[in-house]
Amino acid sequence: MICEECKKKNATVHFTHMVNGKMVETHLCEECAVKKGMYILDLSQFSIPNLLGSIFGMQHPVNNMPTMAEIDSCPNCGMKFMEIRKTGKLGCSECYHAYEKELEPTLRRIHGNSQHQGKIPSRSGGKVLIKKKIDTLKQQLQEAVASEKYEIAAEIRDSIKALEKGLQ
Amino acid sequence: MNVTDLINSNYVRWMDSTPGGDDIVISSRVRLARNLQSIPFPHRMNQQSGEACMETIKEAWQQGKDTRLEQMALVRFDQLSSLEREILVEKHLSSPEHAASSRSYQGILVNEDGSLCTMINEEDHLRIQCLLPGLQLANCYEQAQELDDHCEKQLDYAFDERMGYLTACPTNVGTGLRASVMLHLPALQITGQTQHVFQNIGQLGLTVRGIYGEGSEVIGNLFQLSNQITLGQTEEEICNYLQTIAEQIVEQEKILRQKLLEDMRYQLEDRVGRAFGILTNARIITSNEALSLLSDLRLGVDLGLIQVITPFILNEMIVAIRPAHLQRKSGQEMDPIHRDLRRAEVIQEKLMKIQNHLPTIESGTKEDGQDV
Repeated sequence: MICEECKKKNATVHFTHMVNGKMVETHLCEECAVKKGMYILDLSQFSIPNLLGSIFGMQHPVNNMPTMAEIDSCPNCGMKFMEIRKTGKLGCSECYHAYEKELEPTLRRIHGNSQHQGKIPSRSGGKVLIKKKIDTLKQQLQEAVASEKYEIAAEIRDSIKALEKGLQ
Repeated sequence: MNVTDLINSNYVRWMDSTPGGDDIVISSRVRLARNLQSIPFPHRMNQQSGEACMETIKEAWQQGKDTRLEQMALVRFDQLSSLEREILVEKHLSSPEHAASSRSYQGILVNEDGSLCTMINEEDHLRIQCLLPGLQLANCYEQAQELDDHCEKQLDYAFDERMGYLTACPTNVGTGLRASVMLHLPALQITGQTQHVFQNIGQLGLTVRGIYGEGSEVIGNLFQLSNQITLGQTEEEICNYLQTIAEQIVEQEKILRQKLLEDMRYQLEDRVGRAFGILTNARIITSNEALSLLSDLRLGVDLGLIQVITPFILNEMIVAIRPAHLQRKSGQEMDPIHRDLRRAEVIQEKLMKIQNHLPTIESGTKEDGQDV
């Protein structure tokens, strides 16, 4: 069958519709069908929030994550998990902690990763910076002990203790 | 400084052409998404919580002891008309969604030349951006992150050790960094290769959009290339990566331009000449037609086919012919047909000034190309 519109290509798309109460069949090639607007996709279904929302809390085959969140709503802003699924947006910074479990696979799906690398703010990230410093010092401590530099090791131990005190 | 001056002028910093740089990359931008701890994200705000958030940010700006912050002005959107807000969008200092409403708790913090700007209560509480001409992402990041440091001195950011900076949408979490470059790629487009190039780019974790960001169409062969992944990579890695990819695309575009010049010189000269002809003689012109003709003209300028016109004039025109800028200049609201009339006039004014200096199509065979 040849396309009714361009009369050149093969008709691969077939529509049946009503005109004045009569059934009319239309046979078109794909190109003409697109031109005539025969394919009308609901583009709103493909918006980012929609797509994102649909992957939130999706079943996770590996550890079989529950689709529903364990808690009812965010203790800080009251955002419900269902709303997050709907809008693809969280309600406040605390939502990230309230729904941490549910979000983890989503973050990995979006970014291929779920561990932040990069800038740490000096005030809000102060504790993180201190923790990182403690980790480095602990390594140095081990090295000092291994090479029997006990005086240095004692100094390092003291600085670790001082830093840990600051964390509490 | 006064925001009105910025609104009234056509100029913003990214329009400058970079010395020594090629003009395929028109501008670079780095944007950092930041939020305040525990305060609801903007899409969950009401007037009261929004006002409180705006006040906190305003105080931080006023108390910040940094010359950069002192040189910036804060304007709330209830102080601007919808036309003025639209102008900010056309200059890339706000987004269409941000500028859509006149809420008093939304606004921008901006410097004199628009190179540093912070959108307040857009999708996130703060979106700090640096927008510069040419390809210079590292410089953009440096400037944006310095401003970020100064803001952080006064504001309690939402930050998590594992997830990084927390944002309203999880697509921005981590660094909160979106780096982007605006590319002018007529040769790739003429030879029908953009689709192919950008298909591959999608697989590299980058995304391509039109000139006004998400959901906007590609007009005037202008493409915005940006990173998609924000978590798990450092800021430097993201910027370097985008820079490298952009350089490769520029390289391809250059090769194609040279090939076109060798194989189809007359057709190119014809194209550029026609563009100039229509732009200087049209009585009515739509935004899309103007942008695509300006793209032809820019190609001619870049290839040295046409003299006197500078990339700066072309960059300025991209913005000057947009609806809000046209209406501002005319001092009245206009329906589409009057905008198209006015647009044709504005373009002619700009190009006629130059025509007095006789821009000539540098023809491959003719010595005197003055019959343009």
